[in-house]
Amino acid sequence: MAAYILRRLAYSLITLALFFALIFVLVRMTGNPADLYLPLNSTQEMRDAFSARLGLDQPIYIQFGRFVLDLLRLDFGDSLVRGIPAMSVALNAFPRTAALALVVMPIAATLAIMIGSAAAYRPNSIAGRTATLGALVATAVPDFWIGIMGVLWFSVMLGWLPTSGTGGWQYWVLPVLALAARPTGILAQVVRGAMVQTLTSPYIKAARAKGISKQALVFRHAFRNATLPVITVGGEQFAGILSGAIVVETIFGWPGIGKTMMDSILQRDFAVVQASALVIASSIFLLNIFIDILYARLDPRISFK
Amino acid sequence: MSVSAQNPPGESTGSKPTGGYVLASLRHDPLAVGALIYIALLVLVLVGGSVVLGEMAASQNLRMRNLAPGALEAGWQYLLGSDSLGRSVLARIVVGGVRTLGVAFTTVVIASVIGTAIGIYAGYRGGLADNLVMRVADISLAFPGILLAVVLLYIFPPALTTVIVVLIVNRLPLYIRVSRAETLEVRERLFVSAARVLGASTWRIATRHVLPVIAPTILTVATLDVAVVMLVESSLSFLGMGVQPPSISWGLMVADGRRYLRAAWWLTFFPGLAIILTGIAINLVSNWLRVALDPVQAARLHKHGDDDGQ
Repeated sequence: MAAYILRRLAYSLITLALFFALIFVLVRMTGNPADLYLPLNSTQEMRDAFSARLGLDQPIYIQFGRFVLDLLRLDFGDSLVRGIPAMSVALNAFPRTAALALVVMPIAATLAIMIGSAAAYRPNSIAGRTATLGALVATAVPDFWIGIMGVLWFSVMLGWLPTSGTGGWQYWVLPVLALAARPTGILAQVVRGAMVQTLTSPYIKAARAKGISKQALVFRHAFRNATLPVITVGGEQFAGILSGAIVVETIFGWPGIGKTMMDSILQRDFAVVQASALVIASSIFLLNIFIDILYARLDPRISFK
Repeated sequence: MSVSAQNPPGESTGSKPTGGYVLASLRHDPLAVGALIYIALLVLVLVGGSVVLGEMAASQNLRMRNLAPGALEAGWQYLLGSDSLGRSVLARIVVGGVRTLGVAFTTVVIASVIGTAIGIYAGYRGGLADNLVMRVADISLAFPGILLAVVLLYIFPPALTTVIVVLIVNRLPLYIRVSRAETLEVRERLFVSAARVLGASTWRIATRHVLPVIAPTILTVATLDVAVVMLVESSLSFLGMGVQPPSISWGLMVADGRRYLRAAWWLTFFPGLAIILTGIAINLVSNWLRVALDPVQAARLHKHGDDDGQ
């Protein structure tokens, strides 16, 4: 197991390195920060001095070489906008997004298991059909639309919740609502599919023939096997929030990693874009390894080779 | 999951479902029938309507601004209200829908064709090519798709083609993954080995033996993906990085309406509703296709339904 994890980490490092080279080139293609940071009437000398100070006058392969050397010393450069190390900007923003994901996913998973089981248990009953349709609606609703409609309903009309910002629990309700809908819908469909499959498999038939009650059948026997695909897809959704909460963060002024990265791209704050991308990608790699381990723990047929 | 481990998914498509069978399966699925009718009507209304209403969607009328929905006394075009410049929301939804669905459909067709070709190639050839393709696909999995899109859209001019190219880049890995995984499994089947022994060229095996077997899976994935692309494009347009004014898309309408939320909720509500309804319909069709194109799963589902009735 330890050997497997080590090999996975080594593999991830190669992918991370490739990914990093790509980001490095891409952010530099967005243009020279000098256009943004120097006054319009600045002279060519000022521009050159600015570029030289940031090392942007060098050919890109030299810039990249320097960048890699700095990386080895764990130096990610300083933020152009804030003048503090880029990595601390990224590490300051990331927990806010991770906290959102950590609140959203348990809620989404619990709801999805309830909806999905109801849909699979009696697929043709009214409750089953309602659950199936509910899951579909949740899958199809754009997060920004839920966010805006939530603001309209709960903030503007009822005045119960703040429109944006951070603070007490009131500030969490709408972002969580907006982010939870789609994972709930997708997971509920996965639960439904997995449950339909397990409920018709031979071992369930055997258990049923033995006279086990329907509740025990669903929750003790079928559910355990149905958790595996739920974990896979749940992991993807979790990663999706870590990297893709950008729209919801923008709507609610949530200073998470997505908003930080988006703002940094617009401000050509290359160091922060790079540091944020590294933090997001590393967290997703770690998440994937964690899910693999969890998977092997839950399914004795899977073993690490 | 445990069942699919015993029956590899591709195995079930060994006997090809005929068109008649697929259509007949609609009898068991009234929701899918409804969804297909909705989509057919939507396409008809959007294509026909955008020709008729194209001018109305852009024409301003300041005396008619911010009309609430149902203001029929001002004219039928204000059924869904009007915006701050007095433009008909209904007309704008029709015209915006053409753009939204057109972008989504174009993206999915191109991404699925290119992605499937790469996936089959990587899966069938294996070795270095396969490794390379999968590492690149890994990157895209770890990389925030929407942020990559934002970076690309910031670099290149915000034209419609840029948006489509960015969306294709965003969706390619999905098709590469799915078609590669399926190819890996099909490659080991007897009929492929037989074809190889008989001297069939790689091209012939890929197009005549592998592709037909994996096509139903790709079709199901692609159908669902139209809804996903629609959401991604809407998000990008919402962030101001997708479809640019004066063009209209549903996501852009939601973003524009946000500023007038207090005064005119309908500017945000109706375009969002259009996205949701269309998304639900596409999901329903994709669900139906997945079952209908896979006889084993269809039998299982129906059997389960019967069991349930007892």
